[in-house]
Amino acid sequence: MQKQRVAVAMSGGVDSSVAAALLVEQGYDVLGIMLRLWSESGQDNHNRCCTPDAMAYARQVAVQLGIPFYPIDARNVFYDQVVEYFIRDYMKGITPNPCIRCNHNIRWDFLLNHAMAFGASHLATGHYARINLDNDRKRLLKAVDEQKDQSYVLHVLNQEQLSHTIFPLGEYRKEEVRQLASDFKLPVADRGDSQDLCFLGNGDYRDFLTRHSNGITTEGEIINLQGDYLGQHSGLAMYTIGQRRGLGISSAVPLYVLEKDLEKNSLVVGTKNQRLKDRLWAENVNWVSISPRREPIHASVKIRYKSMEEHARIIPTAADKVEVTFENPIPDITPGQAAVFYDGEYCLGGGIIQRSA
Amino acid sequence: MLNNSPIFLDYASTTPVDPRVIEAMLPYFDQSYGNSSSIHQLGQQAENALERSRLTIANIIGARKDEVVFTSCGSESDNLALRGVAFAQRENKSASHILISAVEHHAVTNTALQLADLHGFELEIIPVDKFGIVDPEEVNKHIRDETAIVSIIFANNEIGSINPIRKIGQVCRNQGVLFHTDAVQAAAHMPIDVNDLNVDLLSIGAHKFYGPKGVGALYIREGTPIFPVQTGGGQEFGLRAGTHNIPLIVGMGKALELTQERIKERNDHYSKLRNLLFSAITDSVPMTRITGHPTQRLPNHASFAFKDVDGNTLLMMLDAAGYACSSGSACKTGSPEPSDVLLALGLDPDWALGSLRVTLGQQTSSEHLEGFLDVLPKLIHQVRGLGNPN
Repeated sequence: MQKQRVAVAMSGGVDSSVAAALLVEQGYDVLGIMLRLWSESGQDNHNRCCTPDAMAYARQVAVQLGIPFYPIDARNVFYDQVVEYFIRDYMKGITPNPCIRCNHNIRWDFLLNHAMAFGASHLATGHYARINLDNDRKRLLKAVDEQKDQSYVLHVLNQEQLSHTIFPLGEYRKEEVRQLASDFKLPVADRGDSQDLCFLGNGDYRDFLTRHSNGITTEGEIINLQGDYLGQHSGLAMYTIGQRRGLGISSAVPLYVLEKDLEKNSLVVGTKNQRLKDRLWAENVNWVSISPRREPIHASVKIRYKSMEEHARIIPTAADKVEVTFENPIPDITPGQAAVFYDGEYCLGGGIIQRSA
Repeated sequence: MLNNSPIFLDYASTTPVDPRVIEAMLPYFDQSYGNSSSIHQLGQQAENALERSRLTIANIIGARKDEVVFTSCGSESDNLALRGVAFAQRENKSASHILISAVEHHAVTNTALQLADLHGFELEIIPVDKFGIVDPEEVNKHIRDETAIVSIIFANNEIGSINPIRKIGQVCRNQGVLFHTDAVQAAAHMPIDVNDLNVDLLSIGAHKFYGPKGVGALYIREGTPIFPVQTGGGQEFGLRAGTHNIPLIVGMGKALELTQERIKERNDHYSKLRNLLFSAITDSVPMTRITGHPTQRLPNHASFAFKDVDGNTLLMMLDAAGYACSSGSACKTGSPEPSDVLLALGLDPDWALGSLRVTLGQQTSSEHLEGFLDVLPKLIHQVRGLGNPN
């Protein structure tokens, strides 16, 4: 009988390399694919996940595992679908999560299509998350290693995509994965984890925006909720919600960025208590593990990748829109980030935060 | 799993070493392992093997024994020809004009470019027709008094087209200009007679004709002004220093001998298979062109351009399906550019990026091609469905 073919997305890092090795060990017919993503011209060596160096590591791993390796040119589609939106969102005063967009528009679209064209039935990645089959529905679960759990950035997947996906690392803890890398004698066992956004290279997102967007550094007023003038800001995109340092204003009590008023180009700051909100509205809601809800449900909600879960009521207001009411007010709800809903280890779904109150 | 027995349809990139060649080489690794420059008997054995191989090759190509210089590969032969002659010609007669065609191998193009960029030579590039073929009259028009060397490829690696080397050689001879040809692809399939071809220099590399990688030769007509590029000991008439790699040199002699046997019979067989590829693929795949000349081309060489196809992705999908092929813009890092050769034919980039080269060899059977022809149209349809990333 012919073995099932799985395409594993390789980045030259520890996680995807171990994912590939586990699939080979489990007897799949494995092939490695790697996205060649966009990087700023002159900075080709700095895209964190697909530099020539990273590709050389991925190639070495592939040869060692005895699997073929194919790099796919995704530079243009990545620029159009991810980088351009990243810049546009900042211009709109919101803080995007490009990894979510990449998963939705590149990995589980462009890359999955390529995997299928290579004859694979499944796309595997080194993400920390799990997929279960429950009553004919695929369910997305948190990774066993909750510290590394990446279900937050995967909540955008649909049933069709989940049924063609394997997450070989979901059952492992990061330490175990490192140990496996060393047991498999993979040349990447000692490579560090990637941080931050791949296309920023080694730079700061603020420098990147300055290079790529005219007018992003247009100065404006810093005001408080009463509208009092407190100082000047150096461009709204240069600040994040909840930011305290670097505001350049003096005050008796610590002041934090509360929101961005795009119309007036002013940065609104306030005290610690003023950061707290107990409602948010999200759109583009995807119910990843359950059938779309019409009635309110209780869930735990994360408002950014690394935030704590908070108890809340999710109230569907339209097919892909919800209002979320928190039991206790929480600080720094940031438009552009995702609100992702959990029931225990199940990731129920999520949407993009539009505003809060 | 890595497919360890893919069907190899990439004989223009390299070939497996013929078992008879391996057998001929073996004694020179650990038995007659001497340095051909040594006085002692081991050295004498090595020198004997070296000179026998030189004689074999000289006889096959119609050269004198001392007109054959061994190098490490076809590219080195091209380097020695262009660089060596260009510098000598400038030194001897202030000639500093170099003529090459638009479809040369990179070994010629990039050497000529460096001579122009770093050493002050003037480089002129002769255009080709839509089949990638150089018109001898164009060469004639471009030659000047100060032309140091003309270099025109015999048969192109990407598109297989064969240039009228004999006529171009005649033009150069009439004008008293030195003429080099890169015959690295041609030597595997065409009779090579340096006198009939009117060439002054001719490059070959063994691994294209079932010989080992790492050895090549340059024919240099007696009296041709040329400086060494690699200096050191006096090996190879002072033109190419370095201890001789006797096993590889022996292998090259044997391989060329075997290749030039029964050349016509083999070529008839290849052409038949190739023409089958041409008709089957142009029939079954919409928006397809044959690149290069349809008949004036290497018998084992079929090349295509498919509109709106990412050629690199196609090659990977073919590999995943068990077929090893190549293209004009093969890129291992996921950032393909259309090749200069395909652009020189006047192909638009939306065609030039979708190139495919299928080259046949000793192990190719019609069953292989049937399987290939079954798979290819489906894969092209799939690649087109993935959208053109460019």
